[in-house]
Amino acid sequence: MSSIAEQFGREDWSRHTPKQKARRFAIFALSALAILWALGSIEIIWPWVWGAPGQMGDLFGRMYPPDPTNLGTILRVLLETVNIATFATALAVVMSLPVAYIAAQNTTPNRATLWLGRLILVTSRSVNTIIWALLFVAIFGPGIVAGIVAIMFRSIGFVGKLLGEAIEEIDTRPVEALEATGASRFKIIVYAIVPQVMPTFWAVSILRWDINLRESTVLGLVGAGGIGIILQGAIDTFNWPEAATVLLSILALVVLGEIVSAFLRRRIL
Amino acid sequence: MLKITDLVKRYGGGDPVLKDLDLTIEGESVVSIIGSSGAGKSTLLRCINRLVEPTSGSIVLNGTELTKLRGRELRAARRKIGMVFQGFNLVDRLTVMENVQSGRLGYISLWAAVMRRYPKKDIRRAYELMERVGIAQYANTRADQLSGGERQRVGVVRALMQEPEILLADEPTASLDPKTSEQIMGLLRDLASELKLPVLINIHNVTEAKEYTDRIVGMRYGRIIFDDLPAALDQEAMDRIYSGSPHVDRGAELREAS
Repeated sequence: MSSIAEQFGREDWSRHTPKQKARRFAIFALSALAILWALGSIEIIWPWVWGAPGQMGDLFGRMYPPDPTNLGTILRVLLETVNIATFATALAVVMSLPVAYIAAQNTTPNRATLWLGRLILVTSRSVNTIIWALLFVAIFGPGIVAGIVAIMFRSIGFVGKLLGEAIEEIDTRPVEALEATGASRFKIIVYAIVPQVMPTFWAVSILRWDINLRESTVLGLVGAGGIGIILQGAIDTFNWPEAATVLLSILALVVLGEIVSAFLRRRIL
Repeated sequence: MLKITDLVKRYGGGDPVLKDLDLTIEGESVVSIIGSSGAGKSTLLRCINRLVEPTSGSIVLNGTELTKLRGRELRAARRKIGMVFQGFNLVDRLTVMENVQSGRLGYISLWAAVMRRYPKKDIRRAYELMERVGIAQYANTRADQLSGGERQRVGVVRALMQEPEILLADEPTASLDPKTSEQIMGLLRDLASELKLPVLINIHNVTEAKEYTDRIVGMRYGRIIFDDLPAALDQEAMDRIYSGSPHVDRGAELREAS
């Protein structure tokens, strides 16, 4: 007894037709071409690239051993950095709730509010934290306040968008059931929508806190408070051993933040 | 008493799903509605509590015309109409008690609802009803931990918490195994007589409809073509109710009309 393929003489099979193959090859070639073109159109000073390993060794040589004399100040400012991130995340999460509500198609009161919500999200998300920080340093002057507001503005879009999407994806059947009991709009939100988006809410808040912790470490470079100011100072004065201490403590902070957020995620979800 | 007259529901510009439908439910009878999928059973039930907006006609429940109500008045009327769903429609992440109390949302203040500070008499009623249907031990359990039959009992208790004047059940047993299904049907029948409550049940299982209900209404393509005691539902009536395919026949009717 022979197999079906032998019976019918169908031994040839290929995943793509010749036309598809040609198209796939063309797409591949085009992508390669685009990368080559990009490489050719930017001005790279190749001797500098080739000299990088030597420079790196030199830099490490100057950084080692890290200088711990200012460790007290560094740790204090590092704590300030954590506070910027935490405070800004908390504020942003609270402020993103109404934005998420009006930016979700199934809860927004009307088309005007829907577009307002989306406008807020897009504005917030399309501007980088550092750009926001430059703007707010100009408004509030250098310092922590500018940093907090900058991170907050960027985070509202992030949290609002993900939360809005979670609201759009809820199971609508409990909503229908509570409508049938004669509950008002707000009570339906509290009983049928809020419980369903709660896990997303916590997950997104923790993730954003984690991201904000990293972002708050560079805010100082534009004068918006935090550890970045000390790092900038150390680099400007060629105080490489201190720069090394700052970089190491930032690394330690980020790892710690990762551990804390992983723990929280496990506990809450 | 529920009195439906000349009810029409049309989705978009197509053929109506309900065509000049008349139906009266009196007293505390348990009435089942049978008919093939697409006959308009679900639409009929949802027109009564206005989850679906009727196109025209009148629905009067104990003297209140339901089709004209808006906003606050509509919500007040909905409190008097309990509904049980095929998919239970519970809030999975809330406890059984919270799900049950959500039947009272139309009655309590927003603050009490948010803080879960339910009135003492509501809590007592909830425990009584939960004991009656055998789920009192789950009061603090999350709804998604329960089995299908238990979840539907939560759904029934939630509807009864409303102190409804009528109970609507949209295929309440279609997601349940045969044994659990019979238990829920028995429960609905018993509760109806205990609470002197008229019950309107959409159902696919004709055997259960005959066994557990006092009156059977047969629907076909948006019209009631059978309305009698269960004993009167013979093979000939069954063939009439379930003959043809709604989609094809709708097309044919449309061609005749034009």
